[in-house]
Amino acid sequence: MERSEFNNGLRAGLSIAIGYFPVALTFGLLAKTTGLSLFEATAMSIFVFAGAAQYISLSLITAGVDPFLIVMNTFIVNIRHFLMTASLNEKMQPAPKPVKAAYAFGVTDETFSVIATSKQEKVSSGHAFGVIVIAYGSWVVFTALGHVIGANLPLFLQAAMSIALYALFIALLVPSMEGNRKVVLLASVAAILHCIFYYTELLSTGWAILASTLLSSVLIELLYVKYGRALIPVIEKEES
Amino acid sequence: MGPTYWWMLFGMALVTYIPRMIPLTILDGKKLPPLVTGILSNIPYAVLGALIFPAVFYVQEGNIFFGLIGAVTAFLIAIFGFGLMTVVLGTIGVLAIYSLFM
Repeated sequence: MERSEFNNGLRAGLSIAIGYFPVALTFGLLAKTTGLSLFEATAMSIFVFAGAAQYISLSLITAGVDPFLIVMNTFIVNIRHFLMTASLNEKMQPAPKPVKAAYAFGVTDETFSVIATSKQEKVSSGHAFGVIVIAYGSWVVFTALGHVIGANLPLFLQAAMSIALYALFIALLVPSMEGNRKVVLLASVAAILHCIFYYTELLSTGWAILASTLLSSVLIELLYVKYGRALIPVIEKEES
Repeated sequence: MGPTYWWMLFGMALVTYIPRMIPLTILDGKKLPPLVTGILSNIPYAVLGALIFPAVFYVQEGNIFFGLIGAVTAFLIAIFGFGLMTVVLGTIGVLAIYSLFM
């Protein structure tokens, strides 16, 4: 593993680590109020490493839902990562399967977005490991810390920190949107579709994210294949 | 919580890892048609749109403006070319001030 690649990854992942801080802290705090011990709460962050699914599992545990259904729910919420790792595979430099199987564990919405929107043509395994290690470390450490001290944090700060992940998503999206109509279309169509699924209650959150992402990606791609260059004068300049 | 919790955790870990692992290993090396790779390269941008909306409106229960102010703040900081960390910390700062006075 190239040392400098790994270090670059750590630097790229630092914003995730900071974004995870409030989310993991809140998770630790909620886990405590749900009745999980420090050990149990931290173990979930160590072995599952999936923010949304972990939050949902807490509310399901509180509601006394059958553990098997909680596992099923986790699967549905996280199946979107299948799309992400399939997409990521196109972006990654070739590497032995065990190496890929190892960093696959750390592919979350956030690590994926940072790696996949990287300026590099192809991303090295070392870079991916860097991004993942710092994000994962933050997630685990601050889950534990949240369990220990979370409740002592001032309320206004707890509230403000709940925006962190969305701010991170917006920060990832905006630079790619500028001068690139396709990216704007992809994000807007997916957002609108997700809103439709959400407000009509047609699909649960996990499926809704999966369906809106896939539909938007397919529709826009077909649109561009059909009408091709007429739609993308600005993008071509960007890609060359 | 007891042993049931640990079985559940094991199940959760497994069903989370499998969808992350399969495309990178088992499906790796398969030549994909250009349409499929085109679609796959669209996914990062589409998924960000779907992750942000509508969830950002509901970061604070019962107060849509909280998330809205956060989203607009993040958007403005980002569009002026600031890095990820500035966007995240700046947005938290603005909302902290908002929460303090509301």
